[in-house]
Amino acid sequence: MLDKNGIAKRIAKELKDKYFVNLGIGIPTLVANYIPQGIEVEFQSENGVLGMGPFPFEGEEDADIINAGKQTITTMPGASFFDSAMSFSMIRGQHVDLTILGAMEVAENGDIANWKIPGKMVKGMGGAMDLVASAENIIVAMMHTNRAGESKLLKKCSLPLTGVGCVKKIVTNLGFLEVTDDGFKLLERAPGVSVEDIKNATKGNLIIEENIPEMILD
Amino acid sequence: MIRKTVLNVTEALTGVKDSMTFMLGGFGLCGIPENAIAELVKLNIKGLTCISNNAGVDDFGLGLLLHKKQIKKMVSSYVGENDEFERQMLSGELDVELIPQGTLAERCRAAQGGSPAFYTPAGYGTEVAEGKETREFNGKMYVLEHAFEADFAFVKAWKGDEAGNLIFKGTARNFNPCMCGAAKITVAEVEELVPAGSLNPDEIHIPGIFVQRIFQGEHYEKRIEQRTVRTRE
Repeated sequence: MLDKNGIAKRIAKELKDKYFVNLGIGIPTLVANYIPQGIEVEFQSENGVLGMGPFPFEGEEDADIINAGKQTITTMPGASFFDSAMSFSMIRGQHVDLTILGAMEVAENGDIANWKIPGKMVKGMGGAMDLVASAENIIVAMMHTNRAGESKLLKKCSLPLTGVGCVKKIVTNLGFLEVTDDGFKLLERAPGVSVEDIKNATKGNLIIEENIPEMILD
Repeated sequence: MIRKTVLNVTEALTGVKDSMTFMLGGFGLCGIPENAIAELVKLNIKGLTCISNNAGVDDFGLGLLLHKKQIKKMVSSYVGENDEFERQMLSGELDVELIPQGTLAERCRAAQGGSPAFYTPAGYGTEVAEGKETREFNGKMYVLEHAFEADFAFVKAWKGDEAGNLIFKGTARNFNPCMCGAAKITVAEVEELVPAGSLNPDEIHIPGIFVQRIFQGEHYEKRIEQRTVRTRE
């Protein structure tokens, strides 16, 4: 089974040379720690920075330089700042190549829910609705089941949607799946996880072709 | 040169009243108009509609106005860091319109640029699009969204000059430029107010035509919400 860093590590292998990538809050943020050797990528944060760098050294934090998670950050050589309208021009205009975000639920048709639990939790969608409605390439990073042990990969989302038919790939603590016309296609198992484990934890239609390989992380 | 300077925050906020609609720049606590918010708290005007990406935290930013129950309605994209906000919203005391962040920015820009409405793919097929006109372009579905209407826009810039020209710093830029000229009156507060002619016209982010009043801000706290650092090797 993967921990959060393991999920981030596997997703990082999907980064390609010259990609502009938007990382959501939570596990997706960790992806920046595992960029494959020999490729150039730039991270966009929708609050208005392209070319995001690592956290600053202690004492060098600048209240005016944060990411969309409101964390203090630094910038890389070649970085730029811009306003929110331009930031979403980059996103809606499909200039950003890959979006990686978390989810509460994903449906077998690629619907995603991650912004609201009616009557309980309402944090808001932030930039997620713009990102999922626009990006060609969306990877969801999440745990396979919620805290109650219920599957987050469903036939149909029960929570209010963030976007429809948009998720392409999902990396969970149990495996790597692709959203196809027929449902979730299992591509890889996490280390030490059996196909049976994944079956048991998946409520939506799961497509298993022969010999699902265990994922290679390093 | 058309002079936009006013003496202080009190003069800058002349004309604000109960039940008005305000736009407030900032992302989280980054780049918020701290002086204008403090003055609004002092004036204790009520029944406000506030258009702002976030709602501050419990004891800073728009959280200060929420705490005194001055806000009737919030229009935001993300409100996750404010317990009092969540409490007022879930209890029904506070009316909240949550909208996608890019839509929020574009509704400001539309107001600034004189477009009444625009189509966006954000929110299509979700409850955000309920009751709104939708339309297909090139095989993809879009939602019609309208420009905001607001009485005042309160923005914060790094530097500004007497003509109201503004320069922002880092990600404190965020929604501030989009809101300039998007309300009937735009009030800019700056960390450094300089004489006209001392800023390079090539480096101006927002031309003074979009700003009606500008003043030298004071005592910026610039609170950090999530102080994240790495250790030196």
